[in-house]
Amino acid sequence: MDNYIKDRKIDSNEWMPFTGLEDGGSLPAGDIYVPLEEWLNARETLLTRNGRLGIALRNTDDPAIIKDDLERLDLVVLEFPKMADGRAFTQARLLRERYGFKGEIRATGDVLYDQLFYMQRCGVNGFELRDDQNASHSLKAFDEMTVTYQPAFDEELPLWRRHK
Amino acid sequence: MYQYSEQDHQLLLERVSQFRGQVARRLKGELSEEEFKHQRLRNGLYLQLHAYMLRVAIPYGLLSSEQMRTLAHIARKYDKGYGHFSTRQNIQYNWPKLEDVPDILDDLAKVEMHAIQTSGNCIRNTTSDPLAGVARDEIEDPRPYCELIRQWSTFHPEFNFLPRKFKIAVSGATHDRAAVAVHDIGLRLVKNETSEEIGFEVYVGGGLGRTPMLGKVIRKYLPKQDMLTYLEAILRVYNMLGRRDNIYKARSKILVHETGEEKFRELVEAEWEKIKAGGLFLRDEDFKWVKGFFNDPAYEALPDQDADFENLMLSNADFARWVDKNIELHKQSGYRIVYLSLKTALQPPGDVTADQMDAIADLADKYSLGHIRTTHRQNLVLSDVQLKDLPALWEELKALDLATPNYNHVTDIISCPGLDYCALATARSIPISQAITARFDDYDFINDLGDVSINISGCINACGHHHVANIGILGVNKKGTEVYQLTLGGSAREDAAIGKIIGPAFEADEIVDAVGKVLSVYLESREDPEETFLMAYRRLGQAPFKERLYG
Repeated sequence: MDNYIKDRKIDSNEWMPFTGLEDGGSLPAGDIYVPLEEWLNARETLLTRNGRLGIALRNTDDPAIIKDDLERLDLVVLEFPKMADGRAFTQARLLRERYGFKGEIRATGDVLYDQLFYMQRCGVNGFELRDDQNASHSLKAFDEMTVTYQPAFDEELPLWRRHK
Repeated sequence: MYQYSEQDHQLLLERVSQFRGQVARRLKGELSEEEFKHQRLRNGLYLQLHAYMLRVAIPYGLLSSEQMRTLAHIARKYDKGYGHFSTRQNIQYNWPKLEDVPDILDDLAKVEMHAIQTSGNCIRNTTSDPLAGVARDEIEDPRPYCELIRQWSTFHPEFNFLPRKFKIAVSGATHDRAAVAVHDIGLRLVKNETSEEIGFEVYVGGGLGRTPMLGKVIRKYLPKQDMLTYLEAILRVYNMLGRRDNIYKARSKILVHETGEEKFRELVEAEWEKIKAGGLFLRDEDFKWVKGFFNDPAYEALPDQDADFENLMLSNADFARWVDKNIELHKQSGYRIVYLSLKTALQPPGDVTADQMDAIADLADKYSLGHIRTTHRQNLVLSDVQLKDLPALWEELKALDLATPNYNHVTDIISCPGLDYCALATARSIPISQAITARFDDYDFINDLGDVSINISGCINACGHHHVANIGILGVNKKGTEVYQLTLGGSAREDAAIGKIIGPAFEADEIVDAVGKVLSVYLESREDPEETFLMAYRRLGQAPFKERLYG
């Protein structure tokens, strides 16, 4: 059981994290994602593969670094190292709204029930729930609130312009 | 006053039900205390020294009489019969039980109230001028702008897990009664010199706490249409770059300071360029819609004089004192603004009993168009009282012990709850404020001293705003003893300043004498009674005060 939600459904995770290209490791088949540094160092090599490719950002990275690469990527992995650290909310919005990323944006780390609603509004659609979270119960979190005041990835306009 | 739409109501109901679920998960042990903490804090629920404390939002300090009655009901049913008005225009209950909190929120929701974002590392309740809409020195009513900020900031998905709390204040008048310079963002309504268009002077990076700093003017003039896009740009820069390694260095003031004002401005402006044409750009229709909620009430055309009022002024010295101290002129002829002093020797500053709340609600209905405002100096305001009603209102307020003539005077003390309630406090503050009040509680003395502020904090987190008082008192614990530092020369108004520590701290039984000495130096040294304490201090400097205190 992967404890993973994709597009509001419990799903299985087909992606493998990969590092170690510099140490002469061989590239695995299948869908892999690599840390940003690995991508910046070995972009061409990574693109020779057939499988899908993703990048993991640290939450201190400016997503602008990969804006020109997004067309070739199917996944961007964001980190929530602890619940209180909300930098990746901004990264998600920038990836979607400013750079037009269409692939999966995945939340990892302290991915907990009470943040899923906010993550979804910022454009996150893949959720690697923390081990102790119950995936089927967590599906309810997306609909706990139905009223949203401000524009975000899911809404272009503030509430006061929508109902008129 | 803003009227909730169906969707506003829906959102509150959903929030209460969500919080009920969180409390249930906590009580069942499914949610750890640490994780529950983040959730309850976003809903105004703190764990204090003896019990939970619930902070209820009063958006920009505006209450209807019906809402005030609900606050009284909550004080009576779920607390110990009183509430505490805070320096951020909110109300706090000190004794709710965790399992009762969802029911309290249900009761609040019925009158369009809540505890959303009154604590936690998110955008807090927006504060404003308690005289908004009625002040004579107003450029424009700030409340419609506050309401737009309230909606924009409520459950903002990107900014709900910020490095630290984030406070916004808006002032619409020449005189700053909202302390904009000590907020993360302060907006001062201004008129463009050439076009007469309304916009904002934008302050950023102000705050008190351990490292008090005044906000820096990041923009001299921001067109009002750009208000929310600009706020979003500031918050985005702060969310990405604000420090998260040290809670004491996480406020925006530290980011602005460490980044440098110029560089910070560049970052904000660069971000703003990219979003200024987005969905948050405000159009004329948006202003028209929101301003519609804050139209002037149907004022009667009245002369600005009244014979009974004049007669009582001449015949009753107590009434004249109250009028002199607690009444302010209104923009409308025949009306006055009335301050209800919550500063007596009997109650901690800002405390109001449930019976008083009910009575205040009745007085608001009877004399002031059904509205009450809260102030950042922890008092209340009836904003629309007819001149001819002042004698009757005064009689009723006296009976409620709400007519102490001391607004903006020496016994109008701001105090945090201190060690009597707060888990963070290192010293008591309420007993000190009561001792000072008892010592100086003489009208002639208070009157002679004129405009002066004393603020007291019970720890370096500075919830009592001691840094921006003319006379600030900070309680600290020194080797097991509570001692009190004195700072002089602060101001929270348009001439905002951070006070300076005058010298070594005083013991609890010395601090009232020390304040007395400071006041004597002022009275002896002022050029004339027109020279306020702050003006005299700025002219004299620390030396004569130091000499008297330690010489």
